[in-house]
Amino acid sequence: MKWPVSLVAGAVLSVLFVVVALLSFVWTPHDVATLAIADKLQPPSPTYWLGTDHFGRDTLSMLMVGARTSIAVAIVAVGIGIVVGVPLGLAAAANRGSLIDEIIMRGNDLVFAFPSLVIAILITAVFGPSAVNAILAIGIFNIPVFARVTRGGALSIWTLDYILAARVAGKGKLRISVEHILPNILNLLIVQGTIQFSLGILAEAALSYIGLGAQPPTPSWGRMLAEAQTMIYTAPRLAMWPGLAIVAMVLGLNLMGDGLRDLLDPRVRRERA
Amino acid sequence: MLRFAFTRALSLALSLLVASVVIFAVIEVIPGDPAAYMLGLNASPEAVAALREQLGLDGNVAMRYLDWMGGMLTGDFGTSYTYKVPVAELVNQRLAVSVPLALYALVLSTLIALPIGIIAASARGSAADYGIMGATQLGIAVPNFWFAMLLVLIFAVTLRWFSAGGFPGWDAGFWVAMKALTLPAVALALPQASILARVMRSALIETLGQDYIRTARAKGLSRREATTRHALRNALIPVLTIIGLQFSFLLAGAIIIENVFYLPGLGRLIFQGITQRDLIVVESLVMLLVFAVILVTFLVDIAYAAADPRLRTKR
Repeated sequence: MKWPVSLVAGAVLSVLFVVVALLSFVWTPHDVATLAIADKLQPPSPTYWLGTDHFGRDTLSMLMVGARTSIAVAIVAVGIGIVVGVPLGLAAAANRGSLIDEIIMRGNDLVFAFPSLVIAILITAVFGPSAVNAILAIGIFNIPVFARVTRGGALSIWTLDYILAARVAGKGKLRISVEHILPNILNLLIVQGTIQFSLGILAEAALSYIGLGAQPPTPSWGRMLAEAQTMIYTAPRLAMWPGLAIVAMVLGLNLMGDGLRDLLDPRVRRERA
Repeated sequence: MLRFAFTRALSLALSLLVASVVIFAVIEVIPGDPAAYMLGLNASPEAVAALREQLGLDGNVAMRYLDWMGGMLTGDFGTSYTYKVPVAELVNQRLAVSVPLALYALVLSTLIALPIGIIAASARGSAADYGIMGATQLGIAVPNFWFAMLLVLIFAVTLRWFSAGGFPGWDAGFWVAMKALTLPAVALALPQASILARVMRSALIETLGQDYIRTARAKGLSRREATTRHALRNALIPVLTIIGLQFSFLLAGAIIIENVFYLPGLGRLIFQGITQRDLIVVESLVMLLVFAVILVTFLVDIAYAAADPRLRTKR
């Protein structure tokens, strides 16, 4: 079997970020919690590989811990989308055309009308900003995406002969959904999961940039950019690294998603995300 | 067609109704006492009681909801607690920035995306195609607010062609105002143009593979003629849908971009509303944004069905 180039390149990039994020739990070049004002706004040097910010914090260490925040938020948000969305999609497909199907799909349309940013605004307006609220906002946005992909994939499996055989053998809808439908749409879900993961990284960065996500002192790429913006005249360098990190991570995940899609099923078109 | 439009309109009304209930519940019911929340911990009981009275919080929840909805339908969005002016007035001023910005970005994104999508599809597998696909892959991965900062760094800080932010107002002249909106619009348009170019490319590739294109070629049309006369028109249908849907994304994306460029649009207003705990402003603006998204989706559905009769029956 030939592995798509994009899959390999994307996977290498993505795994690199995950390793760096995990590494940050046990080691960073410098401590991100201690401020060293004497060393503020240092250019890159052997001590500070990527330089320091206005509080004298090491940029590389901040990026490493920031990767942790981004990945954690995006993964949990994808998890919410899968845990809630997939069963809804399976139920809708199993009862195609019924009232249940109609209610689930109209509910989906409704949630689609709330962009994740608007959900974040609603939650934050009432509960205040936090990383947890960012997870909730992105997670809720993911639910209809997974429900739709699941339903679409499941509907085409339901028409196949072996499902008919299973029904004749007396299996119920729930058992067929779990034993036969779910394993056969796993490919679709993995590809969609990768795409939503990358969208989650972007959304987390945007939310923490405008102050609706992770709060200080938790380092996050979006917040690093927000702080860098105030110093864009004096230290434009600070605005480069977090942005490059976001682009590299998202690019890696997107390439991986494209590659996985080609590998797992060449016929599958990208679902509306 | 009329029947389709009617059922879709019914579903539009239902969606709006449910959305409004959700927003009302989140803002006015879940926090317990919105008046206490808005005034903060140090507020005197008298001040809270006065605000409760002003907001009509002592009334029945259902009546409050009906009041709010009735107000929204007649253009009365309540009075902002911090600005002390009607929210509708604030919205009107801010729409004059946000809507032109979103439209400007939409036009830019379409003008960039369609030609390069068409080039990539016509030269499928060529170096140009790979170059375009690579560039769009990058365009999707770049966060628009970071791209906005890079634009500021290059065109405002270094080259000094544009100002780094702010908006002089439409009174300063059309071109002056448009110039102030240019960097924000470019920043907003980039990711959308990348997505749109990819949609254009795959739609055109698909139609180019259809039998009627082969027939047209067999009839003696050149590749170019077959593309422009037959393939392009059909390929444009999904592209137009995406363009329609992008308008609402642009409106939401503008919320972030307005903050990068300090533009006095709806986005800044929402953020001021959140930081000042002005729930009246937040509630009405969120409803307005959701209304815009639902309405645009509805219009796209209708336009789509008008263009393609097959879509009127199946979903």
